[in-house]
Amino acid sequence: MSAILLLVLGLGGMALGYFLYSRFIAKVIYKVDENFRTPANEFEDGVDFVPTNKFVLWGHHFTSVAGAAPIVGPAIAVIWGWLPAFLWVTIGTIFFAGVHDFGAIWASVRNKAKSIGTLTGEVVGTRARSIFTIVIFLVLLMVNAVFGVVIARLLINNPGSVVPVWGAIAVALVIGQLIYRGKMSLPLVSLVGVVALYFLIYIGPSVPVSLPEQVGGLSDNAAWILILFGYAAIASLLPVWVLLQPRDYINGLQLFVGLIALYAAVLIGNPTVVAPMINQDVPAGTPSMIPLLFVTIACGAISGFHGLVASGTTSKQLRREPDARFVGYFGATGEGALALAAIIAATAGFASLADWQAVYTSFGQGGVLAFVNGGATILSQGTGLDAEVAGTMLTVMAALFAGTTMDTGLRLQRYIFQEWGEIYNVKWMSKAAPATLLSVGTCLLLAFGAGGADGSGGLLIWPLFGTSNQLLAGLTLLVVTVMLVRRGTPTIYTVVPLIFLLVMTLYALLIQLKGFYTKGDWFLLTLDLVVLVAAILVSLECIASLRRLKQERQQSGAS
Amino acid sequence: MKDTLTRLKYWYQRASAAGAEYYNAPYRAAIARAKRDEDDLFMLLVFGEMMGIPNPASWYTLELQPLLLERFHDWHKRMGMERSPLDNMRCC
Repeated sequence: MSAILLLVLGLGGMALGYFLYSRFIAKVIYKVDENFRTPANEFEDGVDFVPTNKFVLWGHHFTSVAGAAPIVGPAIAVIWGWLPAFLWVTIGTIFFAGVHDFGAIWASVRNKAKSIGTLTGEVVGTRARSIFTIVIFLVLLMVNAVFGVVIARLLINNPGSVVPVWGAIAVALVIGQLIYRGKMSLPLVSLVGVVALYFLIYIGPSVPVSLPEQVGGLSDNAAWILILFGYAAIASLLPVWVLLQPRDYINGLQLFVGLIALYAAVLIGNPTVVAPMINQDVPAGTPSMIPLLFVTIACGAISGFHGLVASGTTSKQLRREPDARFVGYFGATGEGALALAAIIAATAGFASLADWQAVYTSFGQGGVLAFVNGGATILSQGTGLDAEVAGTMLTVMAALFAGTTMDTGLRLQRYIFQEWGEIYNVKWMSKAAPATLLSVGTCLLLAFGAGGADGSGGLLIWPLFGTSNQLLAGLTLLVVTVMLVRRGTPTIYTVVPLIFLLVMTLYALLIQLKGFYTKGDWFLLTLDLVVLVAAILVSLECIASLRRLKQERQQSGAS
Repeated sequence: MKDTLTRLKYWYQRASAAGAEYYNAPYRAAIARAKRDEDDLFMLLVFGEMMGIPNPASWYTLELQPLLLERFHDWHKRMGMERSPLDNMRCC
């Protein structure tokens, strides 16, 4: 099986989805209106509400939602064979993610650009909003703890990437100063920044950095996790223009370059997919494909996190309502393209089936390392780049993504603590520094509490991230569906994904609950129960609010 | 040739504008808010001074000196003074 075929089928399907299906959704279901005055125009204040060019907004939306998840999820999920992961990423992007992201922007734009949390309270009910806050906090906690582990492992397995990963921070600090203080031309600074970053990637393998196996009685993995959280805490307290802004910018440029390079390498090198189409011989301990496939691949197909970005910042900057199709649906397509690259790298980047099986020895083992190793082989075969440099390039790409998501996540978690401090009148908690310490503390508690001295507790809860994230997506789809029912437009296109998501999430949670009980893992069992209760409540809210609406419509029809 | 150059210049400016928007878009709100906070503080200080209200922050102002020095220096240069006009505030 040629990887080019996979690439063409996947991208072709997504392109058809964008050009045909999204147009249909825009016209018939959401009925986007050229003349509708968007909140960006209505409340333009130069601060939050600013009408923005659709291509720029797409770039912002896409790079904000693209974290390490579209790479980690699919690269783990190919353990069941390439076909299930490929089908879910392609079909999920076209019929689920696109409709969800587009819908989240549309719903928010039609409601004064309110965030999906506030909208849930208004459209569905206050109970649903309370569930929403708990689920968001859990998702953030998991993202931060998981990404700490993912980056630590990447740095240990690829010592050549340590210099470029940390060097990227220095590059960002310098370009931030050049732009703000030096007032230098942006295209020039961008060029200098990208060249500096790739120079670091080039020299990285010749100056490998590894921590000693024991650092003050801790393993190197644990030490890296502590260093990373220390960094994220500082980064989340610094003014945005000093580090975060230039770092995200250079990261976005790197994503475009990396993705184009990987796809070009597949087209030139034409690698063969060595992984089985459907893996009959999965390693012992691998959970059942249904429902775990759908919660393992979160951001590659449908993800609730996208709804938070779509309704949080994107909707406040939408210039024209029809732009929501390009920004939302095509943003999801970009994410799908990244997930497709991860699938190709993790299945076609190995010399033989035996090599592939040697990596996928147990569930959760392949992951981002398979993406880096496989992708590096494809890159070096396709473009003639040195294999080690190609490996460093992909490691830096994955680590930078996880890094930026981690420090944004920590910042958001800090806001939640500060908000709680203000609501419950706890003065010290509403200040930035103690709230940051609390956020880092809870993440470390999860990393070291569930994972022991190794600090890898984050990875253990990865499947729980999938379920809570899908729940968020379910809530967003519920809000959109309720709005559609009120407008009297067909709801089947959002109800089917909604039901599918809720059924798979509940099913996955129950299976995991049984697993944690058998293992006697009380910590994860408790977390699982929290998410399970939230999922059941969301399902009940769905039924109740849709039934209420139906009655209202019948009554108004009768009178 | 001149036409090509003009066109190139035009495209460079377009790219520069789009790049600046892409660079700023995610953080526009945070930076605008920080600027507004700074302006508000400035307003409080200037207004307090004009109305003769004792400035509660003056006790701590010395701590801000390292941060303000560079801006103070730029300010007196812009105002056409080669050297700092204040005896107790020497920046150059």
